[in-house]
Amino acid sequence: MEKYRLKVSNMSKSFPGVKALDKVQLEVKPGSVHALIGENGAGKSTLMKCLFGLYHPEEGTIELDGEKVEMTDPNIALKLGISMIHQELNPIPYRNVVDNIWVGRFAKKGMVVDEEKMKSMTEELLKDLEFDIPADTLAKELSVSQLQAIEIAKAVSYDAKVIIMDEPTSSLTVAETKHLFKIINRLKSEGRSIIYISHKLEEIFEVADEITIMRDGQYVGKWEIKDITIDEVIHQMVGRNMEERFPPAEGTVQEEVLLKVEDFTSAQENSFEHIDFELHKGEILGIGGLVGAQRTELVEAIFGLRKISAGTLTMNGKVIKNQTPQDAIRNKFALLTEERRVTGIIPMLSVWDNTLVVAYRKLADNIIGMINRKKIGKSVDSVCKELDVRMAGTDTLIKNLSGGNQQKVLVGRWLLSDCDILILDEPTRGVDVGAKYEIYKIMRDLVKKGKAIIMVSSEMPELLGMSDNIMIMCEGKLSGILGQKEATQVEVMKYATMFSNKAKEEDVE
Amino acid sequence: MKTINLKKILIDKALVIVLLFMIIGIIIIEPSFLQWRVFTDIITQSAVKMICALGLMFPLLIGGTDLAGGRQVGLAAVLVASMSQMASYSNRFWPDLPELPIILPILITIAAVAIVGAVNGFMISKLKMAPFIATFGMSTIVYGINCLYFAKKPNNSQPIGGIRDDLRFLSSYKLFGQISLLVVIALAAVVIVWFVLNKTVFGKNIYIVGGNPDAAKVSGVNVNKVIMSVFIIESCLVGLAGIMEVARTGGANSSYGNAYEFDAISSCVVGGISLSGGIGKVSGAVIGVIIFTFISYGLAFIGVNANWQLVIKGIIICSAVALDMRKNA
Repeated sequence: MEKYRLKVSNMSKSFPGVKALDKVQLEVKPGSVHALIGENGAGKSTLMKCLFGLYHPEEGTIELDGEKVEMTDPNIALKLGISMIHQELNPIPYRNVVDNIWVGRFAKKGMVVDEEKMKSMTEELLKDLEFDIPADTLAKELSVSQLQAIEIAKAVSYDAKVIIMDEPTSSLTVAETKHLFKIINRLKSEGRSIIYISHKLEEIFEVADEITIMRDGQYVGKWEIKDITIDEVIHQMVGRNMEERFPPAEGTVQEEVLLKVEDFTSAQENSFEHIDFELHKGEILGIGGLVGAQRTELVEAIFGLRKISAGTLTMNGKVIKNQTPQDAIRNKFALLTEERRVTGIIPMLSVWDNTLVVAYRKLADNIIGMINRKKIGKSVDSVCKELDVRMAGTDTLIKNLSGGNQQKVLVGRWLLSDCDILILDEPTRGVDVGAKYEIYKIMRDLVKKGKAIIMVSSEMPELLGMSDNIMIMCEGKLSGILGQKEATQVEVMKYATMFSNKAKEEDVE
Repeated sequence: MKTINLKKILIDKALVIVLLFMIIGIIIIEPSFLQWRVFTDIITQSAVKMICALGLMFPLLIGGTDLAGGRQVGLAAVLVASMSQMASYSNRFWPDLPELPIILPILITIAAVAIVGAVNGFMISKLKMAPFIATFGMSTIVYGINCLYFAKKPNNSQPIGGIRDDLRFLSSYKLFGQISLLVVIALAAVVIVWFVLNKTVFGKNIYIVGGNPDAAKVSGVNVNKVIMSVFIIESCLVGLAGIMEVARTGGANSSYGNAYEFDAISSCVVGGISLSGGIGKVSGAVIGVIIFTFISYGLAFIGVNANWQLVIKGIIICSAVALDMRKNA
């Protein structure tokens, strides 16, 4: 028998502006759980997508049971015995559980789909895995954790040799996670290999046999889990000291309260409720929490993108209302959205146009809104220079810039609008490590000028390294606000999971 | 809980309910609307529209559309008519062509429109073009080709007539002396499409690609193949509609089928087939077509001005789309 079930060597993959994988290797033994960890942007998901045939690497080989294979298409991966739980849940909303599980390999009776057989197969599978979900429910009616369960059941049902689990517990409760581990242990005892990707290190030490660490698209090393400690893992993941990664705070927080948020409650059910906090001039307020903590929903509501049922905003002592983004912009708010590609950049337009989306009307201040390119051009040039956007010129299409530079252009967009409060939702997602530092520096410069920043971040180091205060949310509630001194990874995690554990127990009953 | 469901049903079926009321209104204004002859007329008129709606349903289900649908009806009509004229007819399109077995012109015609469908599918799947713009371009191309063929000497863009009886038979033969074979073909198509969409893997994959193409891809569904097949099937169906138009009218010219795709899409939307893809039943398309034909026939029957009929039709289409957006928001 081959020593390794799966062996990846020398794999590289680039995207415009980013080398996502640089000669990476991965060796997975049969019947074992292999954890793959690294910070966001380390290249874990890219590697898995290459393994599953969704991306095509420029170089590198994949060996399955000692045999070289080409993964050109998910279909091939599935046929060769690799299945995957995808990080983004991918339900087909108007189809039932049966169809969602068996999509791509329906059972047939002659030329007809064998509905009955599929239904009984589904029920058997769900019962076997102890998931209590009716097989004929439409996917759109399932909760997030139920959808996750369906994904798990689907991946298991392929009878695969290698099962890739990309953040399978991101929306699971503690009890559900335990349930998943039970399933994983069973799969392991059947001789299957599992590649387990998670940010939750405690989970990894509970379930994994071996661990491969990646950093900035490169392979760092492989360890038996018993030979390594959590501290060592963090050290290897980060690869450098915390202090070097973030420009130091310069005591910019002023006494003056710029914004007071009181009793903010979403108009939607199961979203955020009763959120109170204060934002000072010159402050960077981090908002931490797990996926589903409703952080994005909260900041989008503050910006007038979502409706609230209760709550007041007081800015400089005056009550204001942000019912629409237009109101918010008038009140000098700015929002850098979470999904840069979806709601940030306008890919086919130039840097020039992208910078001016918000400020066009203000800068073209004559009555007919005519654009004086020369006059406005100065503002564009100066802001791009200030932010050190690297490009051939402002006529460059923004889609040709790297993620970090795109993000800088978007910050510039809001600076031109003359905002006082910048809300940054995951400001460094998908941004290179080098560019991250530059964005952090821009943030520090802005607060030095008396602006205030609210930063939603899922990256723990960023949250700890940049925030003057950290507000932590859990399941839509405010669970705590920590000062920079008292905030540690453990403390933040404690608050981030504060209500969920209790909620779980209630759920079970 | 029950009341919420009632409200949902009302939103879902609002348009069908309003249209049923309109039909009742028409009956009240003109009670003679309720007669067997009117009914058979409507059913016969529905037949060709039914085939078109079934065809367009395929691209709609994957979240696409085909704006070249109507022009393909026209191309098919001219092609099949040009090859199935009586030998004794004076102005023959192909003067020296013998009378072919009727199946041959039909097959050639279907093959020709299937090629159009394959090109549509190629543009949308492989070249990743937006269906709206790809098929919009295709509609002009198809119309241009049709006009070129139609202007060929010695025809010189003259309407094609003298269609052989074995093609006209589809329309002239009346089952039980009442129902033409066109209706039978439409019914058969309904059954076959229903079977394909509900009972076969291919049909399920259409809904899945329409509902979430990314999920389909990672589950090993060949998304491009599904898209190609969808457009080829659709073209074959609208091609069939063109052939039926020739049988019904006994002739053809290059303007046949103009804007038929709009009626078909409208009927589908009225019947609850979502423009965003992944949702819709064959029964919806059937109900949509029948209601639509009833309304246009009925409005004409009570003497509503033709221009007003257009306005009313437009309002129905806009309301249908608006409701569709609300439902799937």
